[in-house]
Amino acid sequence: MRRAARISEFGITTLIRLAGYSSILFVVLILLFLLREGLPALGEVSLSNLFSTRWYPTESYFGILPLILGSIVVTVGALLVAVPFGIVTAVYISEIAPRWMREVLKPLVEILAGLPSVVLGFIGIQLLSPLLRVALNLPTGLTAFTGALLLGGIAIPTVVSVAEDALNTVPRSYREASLALGATRWQAIWGVTLPSARSGVITAIMLGVGRAIGETMTVMMVTGNAPVMPHGLDALFLPVRTMTATIASEMGEVANGSTHYNVLFFIGITLFVIALAINVVAFMVGYRRRTRAERLLS
Amino acid sequence: MPVKFFLAGFILCSIITSCASPAGGPGSQTTPVSPGAYIQNKGSDTIVNLALAWAERYQGEHADVRISVTGGGSGTGIAALINNTVDIANASRKITDQERAEAMKNGIDAVEYVIARDAIAVIVNPHNPVQNLTLQQISDIYSGKINNWAEIGGENRPIVRLSRESNSGTHVYFLQTVIRLGNANDKTLFSTDTLLLPSSEGIIAEVRDNPNAIGYDGLGYITPEVKKIAVAKTAQGPYSLPSVETVNNNAYPVSRDLYMYTGQNPSQAVRDYLKWIIGNEAQQLVVDLGFVPILGSRAGAAP
Repeated sequence: MRRAARISEFGITTLIRLAGYSSILFVVLILLFLLREGLPALGEVSLSNLFSTRWYPTESYFGILPLILGSIVVTVGALLVAVPFGIVTAVYISEIAPRWMREVLKPLVEILAGLPSVVLGFIGIQLLSPLLRVALNLPTGLTAFTGALLLGGIAIPTVVSVAEDALNTVPRSYREASLALGATRWQAIWGVTLPSARSGVITAIMLGVGRAIGETMTVMMVTGNAPVMPHGLDALFLPVRTMTATIASEMGEVANGSTHYNVLFFIGITLFVIALAINVVAFMVGYRRRTRAERLLS
Repeated sequence: MPVKFFLAGFILCSIITSCASPAGGPGSQTTPVSPGAYIQNKGSDTIVNLALAWAERYQGEHADVRISVTGGGSGTGIAALINNTVDIANASRKITDQERAEAMKNGIDAVEYVIARDAIAVIVNPHNPVQNLTLQQISDIYSGKINNWAEIGGENRPIVRLSRESNSGTHVYFLQTVIRLGNANDKTLFSTDTLLLPSSEGIIAEVRDNPNAIGYDGLGYITPEVKKIAVAKTAQGPYSLPSVETVNNNAYPVSRDLYMYTGQNPSQAVRDYLKWIIGNEAQQLVVDLGFVPILGSRAGAAP
């Protein structure tokens, strides 16, 4: 009996360990695949071409700069929408809303998170882009701004959900102590609860960034996909082409193993490196902030 | 629906090509698998959808015939014909004299069949007062030389250029025929701020809603909600609107024939198939896929 228990125990821990290792394995395999398919691009395309400002692959113009900047413009725009809205919503749900309101809001936000991005893209094409074109007097409504608003909408549920969980894990005694010391409700939220949930909140923002920069369908539908180099702030109100939209729209019809194919994978590597950098920075920032916050409150 | 179909067709083709290429490309697969007829059909990516649709329908009706359809481009198809590895080559351009001579060297006298036609309509918002444009004006718009509708007799509005993605056959054809005006040495490109939309539906939606927009698309995709521009080769005119009639009498300048080529003595199965292709049933599929059907009486069509 005890022996059987030990065997099943061993089996289960092995399974769990394998599951843990497998995610590492998958990331490594994906990276290796990306490198294998993408690195030949460096041999086939000169660096000055690869980092030029003209993307027109069928005539061998492989400048990926406009695509990188396009992704950055849309993602930053999305964050400007998602971070304030998301965190304020999370604070409201977790700290201010009465219990019944919380029980309505939380599931609603989670339903929003499950909304397929193609549906949002459709709403963007049919409603938002004509509206923005008229309201802001733009030449076209298919702009980075349209994409940023919709991506913000996609990232908000992620930010709210994770940030709210983080706020919930802050011990009740922290709030009570700060209120007892005479802090107003706002001071307690801004000075105590949010800082002690900081690492979770930053994780929420970073997951939001990940969601925004990796999103494909919506941006492909609403940003116009024109590979223009952004010049200055008004780039937000002009069409852009993102890295993800480029890969998605061109991969399907490119000849396997051609230069164009390799360059598309090189864009994939660039995207991977950006995502990795964001995660590393988030980890470092979150870690440092937490120790400091804890030191303050201990 | 056409986009999905195209995608499905492409995937099918790429599977076929990727399986075929390790075997050594041209010269590899000529062995018939069954006692029934086996037709190899290869070439233009523009036609590949249509060829697939035809092949599917035809095989459904003739269980003893098997047809394999592959893309790869008009040049690939004609090269395969020259090397005698296909029965039918698809091409969205005419065979060149050089290719014809090479085929002759291998004892193949290429026979041409016009199997469908294709028109590209230039479209604007119905509220846009511009009715007519010359090819030169359209070229200048898309290459970024003309940036305001007022420069070509419209309202004072910026021009928003719309195009299909650069790997679409329509995009390449439009670049060569309209933007470069058919001049092979011209290196003009689309202006970088041209919006590249992933679907024909996207182009139609934006043109329908946006009075600044100009777009182009295959005639089959055009809906009544957008306005077709009458196009002329020169400023003297005549300007003509794209339609089945103007394509067939060559009045509309942005149109082309789509071809199939065979050797001088195709097998009976190939002959029957080509005969079926120019018939009513197959030409109805041409309409369904957004191309212009040929008239039954067109010269060079009947084998």
